Amino acid sequence: MKSQIAQNGSGAKIAEFGRQFGIYIVLLVLLTFFSIASENFLVSQNLLNVARQVSMMGIAAVGFSFVLLLGGIDLSIGSVITLVNIVAASLMVNSGLSPVLAIIAVLLLSAAIGFTNGWIIANIKMPSIIVTLAMMIIIEGVAYLICEGLPIYGFPESFATIGQGYVGPIPIPVIIMFVVMGIGGFILKKTFFGRYFYAVGGNEEAAKLSGINVTRVKYLVYTLSGFFAGVAGVVILSRTNSGQVLSGKGFEFDVLTACVLGGVSVAGGVGKITNVLAGVLILGVLSNGLVLLDVSQFVQMVIKGSVLLIAVALDSLQHRKTL
Amino acid sequence: MFLELKNITKTYPGVVALDNVSLEIIEGEVHALVGENGAGKSTLIKTCTGAISPDKGTIVIQGTEYTSLTPKSAELAGVGVIYQEFNLVDELSVAENIFLGRAIRKGVVIDRKAMEREAAKIFEQFDIDIDPRKLVGELTVGYQQLVEIAKAMSQNAKMLIMDEPSAPLTQTEVQALYAMVEKLKSAGVTIIYISHRMDEIFRLSDRVTVLRDGEKVKTLQTAETNLDELVTLMVGRELKETYPTRKDCITDDVAITVEHISGEIVDDVSFEIRKGEVLGFAGLIGSGRTEVAEILFGYKKKTAGRITSHGKEINPRIPKEAIAEGIALVPEDRKKHGALLERSIKDNISISILERISSFFTVNTTEEDKVAKHYREAIRIKTPNLEQKIKNLSGGNQQKVIIAKWLATEPTLVIFDEPTRGIDVGAKSEIYALVNQLVEEGKAVLMISSEMEEVMGMSDRIIVLHEGKVTGELSRKDFNQETIMGFASRN
Repeated sequence: MKSQIAQNGSGAKIAEFGRQFGIYIVLLVLLTFFSIASENFLVSQNLLNVARQVSMMGIAAVGFSFVLLLGGIDLSIGSVITLVNIVAASLMVNSGLSPVLAIIAVLLLSAAIGFTNGWIIANIKMPSIIVTLAMMIIIEGVAYLICEGLPIYGFPESFATIGQGYVGPIPIPVIIMFVVMGIGGFILKKTFFGRYFYAVGGNEEAAKLSGINVTRVKYLVYTLSGFFAGVAGVVILSRTNSGQVLSGKGFEFDVLTACVLGGVSVAGGVGKITNVLAGVLILGVLSNGLVLLDVSQFVQMVIKGSVLLIAVALDSLQHRKTL
Repeated sequence: MFLELKNITKTYPGVVALDNVSLEIIEGEVHALVGENGAGKSTLIKTCTGAISPDKGTIVIQGTEYTSLTPKSAELAGVGVIYQEFNLVDELSVAENIFLGRAIRKGVVIDRKAMEREAAKIFEQFDIDIDPRKLVGELTVGYQQLVEIAKAMSQNAKMLIMDEPSAPLTQTEVQALYAMVEKLKSAGVTIIYISHRMDEIFRLSDRVTVLRDGEKVKTLQTAETNLDELVTLMVGRELKETYPTRKDCITDDVAITVEHISGEIVDDVSFEIRKGEVLGFAGLIGSGRTEVAEILFGYKKKTAGRITSHGKEINPRIPKEAIAEGIALVPEDRKKHGALLERSIKDNISISILERISSFFTVNTTEEDKVAKHYREAIRIKTPNLEQKIKNLSGGNQQKVIIAKWLATEPTLVIFDEPTRGIDVGAKSEIYALVNQLVEEGKAVLMISSEMEEVMGMSDRIIVLHEGKVTGELSRKDFNQETIMGFASRN
């Protein structure tokens, strides 16, 4: 009996270790593998490229992990990015608005879309997956209507700095990502409302009975998800220098995969921003390495889909154990 | 003899649900089963239907002995059961429900006409007026119950176990149910009838068995007993536990006044609690005690009435607003409504005061630590580490953490709903001592408990609820199990 307890103890410790550091081990393995498989991988230029590529994903992942913490999902973020691209481009090019004003406008717009999601989910009590799926289609449609499917380009030069500039050797998008992640971590660890995210996601009724205004927490979380997707959208637009209807396509899938890889439970209530960063990096390294190895786009799809499935499976198994 | 239970014992971890119970049910009788919450009635039913298998004892149905009765063999032996929760599918028709899982078919196609014909036959036999083509969801609860009965009869049930069948029904529906029971009886069906309502036991049953704390007290001829005797048998246990004494600290200050409130179950309830007083809420499960508390706490909707606290009318729409008025609720279901199981002890203690101890949205963690440590000492939460997840604690310690959370909000009224359910004896007496300490500090306490001893041991005054209404109020000198049980089970 006693030895059994001891065994359980060490088993639990290994599981705990896996939960804490498993993701970094996976990242390390991937890095080693691609370094050996491709000579172009482990060069500083390429690594900075990876960082820049994943930065948009990292920015949106902050808001998205808040939503997952609540036990919800936000499928509309890809479309928010598309809409932000089209609207900001149109404001600058067709309406002649300054980049600063255009950015403020689209960030407000994306926050408003997020708030709408949150309002419907909290008040009409619809499943978030349905609400945000419908929203995803609606916004994508609106984006098409605005630009009639055509790309919009010709922005003021200053606008390109956000997505293409550097501070020293570090690309500005990477800096933005770290700032946003820092804010996300601060919200979760230090603010009272960040603590509420965990409480509501862990046990909504207990949270309500502890005096948390659950409705308002939902408003806030979905608004932040929309807002951070908007920030990611602005960075993408500045990088590509052209507003296109496909700019956010499938983005929600990558972000979801990154968050779950980063240990944010799809059941809600569990997750940390630092691990989300690791999840984002894993996905970035994987995409970059596969491209360097000349793996076809379709094979990449198969691999990425499998990664999401495995990540969620591990999360579900772990969750079942704790119950 | 239709059914015979011989020396049935069933234990669950920490509880003896049935202790060597023997019972004989005569063919064709209506046999009533009575007892307080937790007396063992549900376990007894489940034993008869094969839903659980007893640790010891045998079951004899019409001469056939079963050591392990399965639900299937119970059904084949003619045992049917009408639970409080119906097993009906709202979206299917009455006939389809009756033949659910054993549909009459013509080849692979369901023969709806034949099922409707068969259903109509059963209805005719018992004089039930339901169109078999109607969707079950469109029927009232009373008619749904009749469909359940018809379903059991279509499976050739020779005995029906009815678990508080009148509880969900309106007054007219209850009359129809009584008529139904009599018809079933004259058709030769044996009935076990479980009820909290004494009048219907006297009206319907031939014999009545009283259970108490998992033991059979007695089986009586209904015609030869009376209400007083039954109640005495139901509650007649020795008061064994002692409760810590407290000094009389009731003040003249009223903490909360409740006037004529109604809501879900709750029907025109009024009372007041003074500072320094423990008001006990007694009553059976489903009597509306918890619902009254939830209305006060803004968790359930109030449809009528007034709540006044400190001379000012309050109207909490969500718990947050009730907490702001100085109300705290230690809920009945700790895991579902109290604890954030995946979070630490500290997080659980501080969750309700986070906004108060924050400036610029940022939680003052020094203050948070201080509060958590203070309550760990003050109410002796046994843990070396406040960062430990609450799910790893014992039930008693979890309950203390929940209480700590509420004390941190500095409430004036603390509502305890079944405060000692599922916790060990040691922690129990600590919680009693804590309640005493609270009232001695001048807080008001509302204590809901299904344990008669507890509510009598701890309260200064007891209000008894029955079906959402206040049926009695007793002050300490008049406390008496029989009186309380009488109020709790009267119509």
